[in-house]
Amino acid sequence: MLSLWRAIRRLGRAAEPAPAPPVPAGPAVAAELAGSVQVRHVDAGSCNGCELEIGAAFGPVYDAERYGARLVASPRHADALVVTGAVTRNMVEPLRRTYEAVGEPKVVVAVGDCARNCGVFAEAYGVVGAVADVVPVDLEVVGCPPRPETIVAALRLCTGR
Amino acid sequence: MSALGVAGGVLQAVVIVGGAPLLLGLMRQVRARLEGRAGPGVGQPWRDLRKLVRKQSISPRGTTEVFRVAPVLLVAMTLVVAVVAPLVTTASAVPPVADLFVVVALLAHATVVIALAGLDSGTAFGGMGASREVTVLALVEPTALVAIFALSVPTGSTSLPTIVGTALDDPQRLISPASLLAAVALAAVIVAETGRLPVDNPSTHLELTMIHEAMVLEYAGPDLALVELGSAMRLSVYLGLFTSLFVPWGIATTASPLALALGVVALAVKVGVVGAGLAALEVFLAKLRLFRVPELLAGSFLLALLAVTTAYVLG
Amino acid sequence: MNAVGWGLVSAVVVALAATVAALAVPRRHRPAVTGVGVVAAGLLGTVAGVVATTGTTWSVARPDLLPLIGLELDVDSLSGVFLAVGGVVAIAAGTYAIGAARHGLDGPGVQAALPAFVASLLLVPAAGSVGTLLYCWELMALTSLVLVVAEHRERPAVASAGLWYAVMTHAGFVAIMVGLLVAAGAAGDGSFAAIRAAASGLSPAAASPAFLACLAGFGSKAGMVPLHPWLPRAHPEAPSHVSALMSAAMVNLGVYGIVRVGVDLLGGGPSWWWVTVLVLGAVSAVYGILQAAVGSDLKRLLGYSTTENMGLVLVGVGACGMFAAAGSRALAGLALTAALLHVMTHAAFKTVLFLSAGSVLHATGTRDLDALGGLRSRMPVTTAAFGVGALAASALPPGAAFVSEWLLLQALIHGLPAPGVVPAVVLPLGVAAIALTAGLAVATFVKAFGIGFLGRPRGAGAAAAAESGPAALTAMVLAGLACVAAAVCPTLVLPTLAEVAGGVVHAVPAVSGTVAIELVGVSGVLSPVLLVVTLIAAAAAVVGALRLLARRRDRRRARLWDCGAGPLSARMEYTATSFAEPLQRVFDDVLAPEQDVDVSHHEESRYLVAAVSYRRELPDRVERRLYTPLLDAATAWGRAGRGLATGSVHRYLGYGFVTLCGLLAWLVVTR
Repeated sequence: MLSLWRAIRRLGRAAEPAPAPPVPAGPAVAAELAGSVQVRHVDAGSCNGCELEIGAAFGPVYDAERYGARLVASPRHADALVVTGAVTRNMVEPLRRTYEAVGEPKVVVAVGDCARNCGVFAEAYGVVGAVADVVPVDLEVVGCPPRPETIVAALRLCTGR
Repeated sequence: MSALGVAGGVLQAVVIVGGAPLLLGLMRQVRARLEGRAGPGVGQPWRDLRKLVRKQSISPRGTTEVFRVAPVLLVAMTLVVAVVAPLVTTASAVPPVADLFVVVALLAHATVVIALAGLDSGTAFGGMGASREVTVLALVEPTALVAIFALSVPTGSTSLPTIVGTALDDPQRLISPASLLAAVALAAVIVAETGRLPVDNPSTHLELTMIHEAMVLEYAGPDLALVELGSAMRLSVYLGLFTSLFVPWGIATTASPLALALGVVALAVKVGVVGAGLAALEVFLAKLRLFRVPELLAGSFLLALLAVTTAYVLG
Repeated sequence: MNAVGWGLVSAVVVALAATVAALAVPRRHRPAVTGVGVVAAGLLGTVAGVVATTGTTWSVARPDLLPLIGLELDVDSLSGVFLAVGGVVAIAAGTYAIGAARHGLDGPGVQAALPAFVASLLLVPAAGSVGTLLYCWELMALTSLVLVVAEHRERPAVASAGLWYAVMTHAGFVAIMVGLLVAAGAAGDGSFAAIRAAASGLSPAAASPAFLACLAGFGSKAGMVPLHPWLPRAHPEAPSHVSALMSAAMVNLGVYGIVRVGVDLLGGGPSWWWVTVLVLGAVSAVYGILQAAVGSDLKRLLGYSTTENMGLVLVGVGACGMFAAAGSRALAGLALTAALLHVMTHAAFKTVLFLSAGSVLHATGTRDLDALGGLRSRMPVTTAAFGVGALAASALPPGAAFVSEWLLLQALIHGLPAPGVVPAVVLPLGVAAIALTAGLAVATFVKAFGIGFLGRPRGAGAAAAAESGPAALTAMVLAGLACVAAAVCPTLVLPTLAEVAGGVVHAVPAVSGTVAIELVGVSGVLSPVLLVVTLIAAAAAVVGALRLLARRRDRRRARLWDCGAGPLSARMEYTATSFAEPLQRVFDDVLAPEQDVDVSHHEESRYLVAAVSYRRELPDRVERRLYTPLLDAATAWGRAGRGLATGSVHRYLGYGFVTLCGLLAWLVVTR
């Protein structure tokens, strides 16, 4: 316990200072959500590269929680669906059901090139299409994988903070 | 039902309902800062609640009234405890209800209704959460009641206003061995009943490690707002009861506005300090395996039994 | 003959008339005739009991009415409490019986036994002499035995349950007979008045065995561990209204016997008697609810819950005796008041629980919680009734049993200053035992209600269930209303019960108050009605606030969140066994479950598995460790004894000759 306490004292604050808030061109629901967005992550068929970046975005260095976003365990608790990966055959129905399980008002954020336009897996036999082919998408995050700062900026468009 | 009691009841209702999300925010902020993060700020839980209340309500097909009514009952029972317990004033708003057994049993009942809602959803996780929750509840009850026994021995009564009033009159008794043992036992009870580390991790996403979260996976919108508010109120009420029983200074004994204001400030400061301490402790703890939890609870039960024996032998 | 006398005599006459009528009328009218007779007898008995509790006594002695010992009845306020409780339960059970016309239950013997059983339930508390008590006790045992084995043609387990019940209840009868005859022998006369008068002159060497024998006999009837194995066997197999009568009215008479013999007839006795009662009560309570918490047979669970509640009552009775022996009569009165109130509340909620369980069994064909569920939409009234009973049984506020447990805890807590080391050790352990039973009772009834009635049906029987007929529904609603009344306004009966208890221990009534229960002499106050009012007000405030703040008024119906890849089948739901598994693991050493895994391989190769069968059983450990060896020893003795009866006449003549010679030799030596 004492060594942990010493590590905490030594490290201090790990979070980088917050960059300037993004230009308010976020989805319309951001006003209704007013600074609190619960996020449910759905892996529709990704290689887990985007998951690592999302994990870093919610980690101590980039700390997406300070802008009011929080990861939750159930889509019923969520306002925003963060979808990664091209949508594979087995994940079409689960993705649709996850989208239906979220209550209004809701936002869908497609993270990564695979979610936007299937990326490098465009002609694969197991891939049905991009996320926008299955559920309506409100925000897209470019990159393969996108940098954590880009993901945080997208979340800030949702929260408005 | 005196003027002091009524004033206390109203103030306590406002302070607990308004301050519970702030307490939660403070605890999350303390954890965030210790982990090196910046944290969302103390007001974030209130923002979450405000947003949830404005969301759409969802009724899953196949659930009954038990599912719909459970969040209301959770908040209502916790609100009753917040009103009648002596947190800001020594007098209670409804003295015949301010018995320590009644308060502990009401808080247990609040957990039970959520467990029934978890079973009502008919999902595997709902049942799992309910099963684990009532197991922990069943094992925590003996410790809670025997600790209450230990606290009532010096005063000869289990009425909360009497216990707190006697503690204010005779502060030496608070550092007696019986009182200290009872305090440690009750601390274990509070950790188990409010679902904090090391018994349960309130921020986990892994369903197989959930106890409380698993029961409420099905709730959305205003129902979820009530569930979260109820959980926060439960934590505040438990911490408030703990500080009233063992650190009672600052509680208003007269109905003057100054004493009442001091009582509110004292409650906020004491609960804030204890909450922040609990959050700081959680940074250093890992969650116990579910089948190690009974060992922890058995240990706290032994402490409570020792407290009663000490109270009898020395008091 | 005053109101008590008229009420009691007419109740017995009506019941016996119903018995005779049941043998005479055609088959299709039998249930209605017996049901109405039982309801009428119950009503009259309740009236008699209520009048008796206010202080009116009645006694009659007819030496010529029954052979050998005559009939002597003596109703005082303590009898009145048990008369009233038995009467109310009989009303609900009789209403249910009107509609219980299923195959096997409308035979003449079974139908005739029901009113006779109710008559005996009313006569036992009214008995005024040893002979009358024993006669009525035996009548109760025989009639209930006939009722327990009513469905023996449908299930083989019924016959075994009946055998256990018959043997244990008669062994208890012998114990009671021995104990009471010792006391009567010292007094010279069998009437209770004579025994009471001679109690002070009774030597401890005679009084203690008498009390212990009576404790064994009456305690076995009350379901006290270790004499309880008949209870979880007989209650599931009996028809549900009979189970309700047995659990809610008959087991109370075991407690009545202990209080009557120990506190009243033998004049209190030394403290160690009552410490024994308290310890046995605490053990029964914990063991009973532990078995109930891990069981999945609904009616067996309710039977074990009866053991638990009677254990709590015995804790109260034991505490009463302990305090009386130490001289604190006020506390003794408080403890006895708590015990009597718990008898009442237990009768109310156990009746409603058994009647709803019977309704479920009739509608779904199964008692197994692992196969039930989803009954809320199919059987709404039964679900509501069981819910009310489960709330009361789990001792949570604002339930009925919460008030009686609160009173019991207050009695134990205020008793700590009593002198001596024994109270200092026993009372905290008693509080701990009550606390553990409270927690486990919550787990049990969340399991029973949540898995049995909520969620989705887990079996075909539950899916095809339909609500019961009007008689059963009326009975459940009546019993449910009694539960609610006991929960919200127990202050209607508490002052009367306190006076009864005060009369028994010769102290001032320990409880008073109309809106709030106020303890006399010690500090403690509780108001159930204010608690209910405050809860309703708080709930209304929460709902009102939500209506004001919520923006979207629509409520969308959505599919259950099944993690996306449905469909959710009933097989994925938690069952009663899985619900109780963490508790069972924690208490593994006490419960000792037996597991059996049987793997059968293909003939061609031992590496290929053809089938795996898993069997897990949770036997009653006391029965397994105590009774099975005794029964095995008795069987072994019997087998050895068979070696004596070879069939040879010469050998039998030889036995007689040798015994005669031995006797003569012994006489020569001792003279």
